[in-house]
Amino acid sequence: MSAAATPVEDGASLLARARRRLAGDRPARAGMAILALLALACLLGPFLTGHPYDRLHYDYPATRPSLSLYPRPDAVRPALDRLALRMRVRAEDVAVTPEAVRLTLVADKPVDPRVLTFFARSDTFGEARILGRAEDGRRLTVEAPLRRLRFLAGTDTLGRDLLTRTLVAGRLSLALGLLATAVALGIGVAYGALAGTLGGRIDAAMMRLVDILYSLPFVFFVIMLVVFFGRSVALIFVAVGAVEWLDMARIVRAEAQAIRRRDYVRAAEALGLSTAAILRRHVVPNLLGPVVAFAALMVPRVILLESFLSFLGLGVQEPATSWGVLIADGARSLESAPWMLVVPAGFLVSTLLALTLLGERLRVALDVRA
Amino acid sequence: MLAYLLRRLAQSIPTLVIVVTLSFFLVRLAPGGPFDLERPLPAAAMENLRRVYGLDQPLLVQYGRYVAALARGDLGPSFSVRDLSVAELFSRGLPVSMTLGSLALLVALVLGTAFGALAALRRGSGLDHAVTTLGTFALTVPGFVVAPLLQIAFGLSLRWLPVGGWDGGNPKNLVLPVVTLALPQVAVVARLARAGLVEVVDRPHWRTLRSLGLPPRFLALHALRGAALPVVSYLGPAAAGLLTGSVVVETVFGLPGVGRYFVDGAINRDYTLVLGTVVLIAVFVLVLNLMADLLCALIDPRLRDFG
Repeated sequence: MSAAATPVEDGASLLARARRRLAGDRPARAGMAILALLALACLLGPFLTGHPYDRLHYDYPATRPSLSLYPRPDAVRPALDRLALRMRVRAEDVAVTPEAVRLTLVADKPVDPRVLTFFARSDTFGEARILGRAEDGRRLTVEAPLRRLRFLAGTDTLGRDLLTRTLVAGRLSLALGLLATAVALGIGVAYGALAGTLGGRIDAAMMRLVDILYSLPFVFFVIMLVVFFGRSVALIFVAVGAVEWLDMARIVRAEAQAIRRRDYVRAAEALGLSTAAILRRHVVPNLLGPVVAFAALMVPRVILLESFLSFLGLGVQEPATSWGVLIADGARSLESAPWMLVVPAGFLVSTLLALTLLGERLRVALDVRA
Repeated sequence: MLAYLLRRLAQSIPTLVIVVTLSFFLVRLAPGGPFDLERPLPAAAMENLRRVYGLDQPLLVQYGRYVAALARGDLGPSFSVRDLSVAELFSRGLPVSMTLGSLALLVALVLGTAFGALAALRRGSGLDHAVTTLGTFALTVPGFVVAPLLQIAFGLSLRWLPVGGWDGGNPKNLVLPVVTLALPQVAVVARLARAGLVEVVDRPHWRTLRSLGLPPRFLALHALRGAALPVVSYLGPAAAGLLTGSVVVETVFGLPGVGRYFVDGAINRDYTLVLGTVVLIAVFVLVLNLMADLLCALIDPRLRDFG
């Protein structure tokens, strides 16, 4: 607890103090660095992997992660034979170089050059070029470049690049975490501050509502919301935020009530400051500490909840994807392609850990009493 | 004591009624019905179905009927599982879920207290830090990641344990689900037990006891009594969650428990099944909270306020 041991600087604002404490806090800095790295990777990574996240590679289903380039030299000939079958020709005089393949297409009838589009459509070759014809077009000499691909984290069962998908999913999971937290924050702070400041019968009625909502099973509530609203991405985080605001409202109300009872607030009231001004000048700034700390810990909870919903098939729908969807896919093809589980799970877990770490250190740093 | 128990139970009835009422109308507000199929049924058949299940009545009448049946302990027929009532579904699934849940609870209690006590005894040591760090891991890594990873490790690679299935409650089939369920609970219990013990050890009465030269066994009893309070009051509601099944664990390991009824019921608009699950969970929460409170009073005489 090195942070708590720092002497309290007189006159420094709560936030300035918290910033100073966090700057000297190693776990907090580590958490922030990991988060920044993950966010940057999710934002920019999909542009750098060289694969669109929804491109299917029929030649590479469930390919294991590797640094090497595909196609492997020994895989070129079988791919060529498969193509030849579809083009209804025979492949002869095949010469494979690392960059391209040169061959002669042979058939009993003249070869229609239009069949060459099969090359461009495959995952193994690029656009083919005709080098020469013989025997009235029954022999076509062709050169096609190899399409050289790299799947750093392997592919899924449909041959989509897993790294790109995981990063794109991360965008959604992170954005959802932040947005749903913002929704919960907005509702919870407004509701709690209002109840705490107004007090009396209104407060009792407002908190009774919160208690009732608390007693509803939480999963049931989310599932009903998702079922009710349909499965659109925008509404999922509204649903999640709408559930998560309860804790926030409770915390804010308790704090607001405590602040209202302080002597200086009473003095301000006696001096004729209006309720609105008291809210703005005394209550809200003092709420900042606990609210920020709680919100930081809410982000991982929301991400987890979204993943849980997606895991159950109630969340994001194809072709959009989130970590929960990918983990669910991975859990289904556990035996044949374990990396489909390990890669997204690794991203999810490291995000959750970094966020939890940061949130807990933030709570210590923002603790007014420390 | 008995009067206290009865009063507590009576107090919980309004909560139960509110939960049932809210859930009833929430479920009914959701679009779609239990008999909607890809290819719609003929209008006459639909009409018959709706009449048999009483769905043709006004919503308030249906609500009244449901509550009246519930008061008699009748949860009604399932809409999606033909020929079975909700009570029958529960009587099949609950033994599975409760077996897993109680085992997980036991593991959490024993291991959690042990880890927490070890960490508290050697405060600030490497062991303490290890327990805290591992606890954070166990709490953060979600069950739907842990479960398939366990399947890979112990089911597919080592082939020590089956990947899933119930198999009549074969102990081998229970290990992985119980571990998945218990992992986060062990972490919470360890954390609570450590905090409780640390607090006791810092108190003057503990110092007095130690200076009197009491045997370690006696000291441990005193310390654990202090640590037990937060653990028990946490485990009350947590036990309700564990005993009524987990969707994730039951889905991943393919177990026939009641955890899945919630999700399945909501998706199929199986109104009675969803409401039955809500009631089931609410009753478990109420009863176990009550039990936790009683247990706390047993441990700490200051909490004995049954008047």
